[in-house]
Amino acid sequence: MSTAPFGNNISLERRAWNIRRNAIRMGEVQGQGYIAQALDIADVLATAYFHAMRYEPHNPEWEGRDRFLLSNGHYAIALYAALIEAGIVPEEELETYGFDESRLPMSGMASYTPGMEMSGGSLGLGLSIAVGKCLGLKRKGSDSRVYTLFSDGELDEGSVWEAIMSAAHHRLDNLIAIVDVNNQQADGPSTGVLGFEPLKEKLEAFGWFVQRVDGNDLSAVRAAFDAAKSANGGRPSMIIADTLMGKGIPFLEAREKNHFIRVDGHEWQLALAALDERKPA
Amino acid sequence: MKPAPVAKLDTAKAAKPRLTTSAMIASIAGEGQRTKPAPFGHALVNCARADASIVGMTADLGKYTDLHIFQQAFPDRYYQMGMAEQLLFGAASGFAAEGFTPFATTYAVFASRRAYDFIHQTIAEEDRNVKIVCALPGLTSGYGPSHQAAEDLALMRAMPNMTIIDPCDAHEIEQVVPAIVAHKGPVYMRLLRGHVPMVLDEYGYTFELGKAKMLRNGYEVLFISSGIMTMRALEAAKALEADRVDVGVLHVPTIKPLDAATILEACSRPGRLVVVAENHTVIGGLGEAVAGLLMRAGVHPAFRTIGLPDEFLAAGALPTLHDRYGISTDALCTQVKGWLT
Repeated sequence: MSTAPFGNNISLERRAWNIRRNAIRMGEVQGQGYIAQALDIADVLATAYFHAMRYEPHNPEWEGRDRFLLSNGHYAIALYAALIEAGIVPEEELETYGFDESRLPMSGMASYTPGMEMSGGSLGLGLSIAVGKCLGLKRKGSDSRVYTLFSDGELDEGSVWEAIMSAAHHRLDNLIAIVDVNNQQADGPSTGVLGFEPLKEKLEAFGWFVQRVDGNDLSAVRAAFDAAKSANGGRPSMIIADTLMGKGIPFLEAREKNHFIRVDGHEWQLALAALDERKPA
Repeated sequence: MKPAPVAKLDTAKAAKPRLTTSAMIASIAGEGQRTKPAPFGHALVNCARADASIVGMTADLGKYTDLHIFQQAFPDRYYQMGMAEQLLFGAASGFAAEGFTPFATTYAVFASRRAYDFIHQTIAEEDRNVKIVCALPGLTSGYGPSHQAAEDLALMRAMPNMTIIDPCDAHEIEQVVPAIVAHKGPVYMRLLRGHVPMVLDEYGYTFELGKAKMLRNGYEVLFISSGIMTMRALEAAKALEADRVDVGVLHVPTIKPLDAATILEACSRPGRLVVVAENHTVIGGLGEAVAGLLMRAGVHPAFRTIGLPDEFLAAGALPTLHDRYGISTDALCTQVKGWLT
């Protein structure tokens, strides 16, 4: 099994930096993309793929793997960046992102990409699929876990709350969900579109083991994943990750927040340069 | 209380008691008709004995989709998902992705209307091996539009990867269940539950996925039908025989993929009126599927359709509604005779 990626000495900081760099390179290929989200979630993905999860890079359908469901399919650029870093998708495919016949379409779909376990795009699907996968894994006697990433905007969807109730009802302690609270959705700040706070208290009231962390603080994120994996009394786990859109590229962090952030043609190189100045060991 | 006036009924009908809307679920069995109880539930139990991958899932309608039979036999393989149809189908997709064969049940309206995107994206698009089994298809409830799935086939037909089955009776349901277990991929099956009529055993019928079967030959009229309308077409054919009208019945239980070859051959016979009869709105169901097939193939028989009108259907007793909307046996006979004169 594989914890192959953990066996070496590459730091999580460097993993997250590599994921950001892969994502920016894909953004540059297409001249567009949900790059601000990719940058905000890179630390969570680095922790999931290089600290928490069990998988075999060259056997993405290995039965003993932990499953990772990308519910917010528009974050595909971020997940591809992580799958490339994890060795599940070859790095050269990065150049094909979003092009005809590519295995890396703009929105994540199960049949296109190794390591992509569901078809996202239509928001609010992932947690329901996760409930079924967790029930199935328990039925098989598997100790694999299901990790599900979704966005704060998806909290608007009633189906998400159906799944939240269901996971607690069925005592799915093999489920670790991560909600990216970057407080930005299509029509503006998520809390202004449809308020969901106090989120931690709500989810606790629904019977989940809930942690709220700075999603760009790697040590906090790592501790949250560790706690989520340890015994939690038969409860599913939710990590609320408060993140900063554009994280790691100061001029994108400072840009007026927008769901689909505009990056001009020359700025992709500026973004890479800004990132390269901050290369961790 | 003064009884409502009974207008324009013949004396035989006027003598009948006033009918009322039955419970949400009305029996579609005629008086004195042979029936079998819960054929879906029992067939699923039989399959599940040999196939450990089968699990049953429902959205608070286990009893009303005959899945309680499965629950009694395999309590630990039965998953009550609550009255949450989107969750039901999303979770069924997840179960299937882990190698299981989930049978997910609810009413046809809730699968086809409320949970459409979940079925479309998590089951059809991902090509998951989920069997969607839905009670109250078409007009089989007198409860009103909330429970009348007049458009379920139209919605499901528009979904790539979906196989669609509309069985006629208990005899057929017993054969459909193992057939869709053997078929890997998403299936939408219209369910008749409770005491379900037995009809097709008299015709030596066997179900084959994707095959239409000629149940009865006739040179003047050919009914093409599925589901309960095949039962009605067979009754109408017998009744019309007494009026010296020779009527054939082609049963098309697999709505998608359609058995084009058999339908085209049957419709190519010269001088025979083709009547598609469906328990479904005239929009997007078997009638339009057959019409499109014939047009594309350049086969042009005299062609009529019998189906539910493009309107929100009334609440009421099922026999009343089936008469009103033209899908009762009597209504079939009347329409056919009208077209022949």
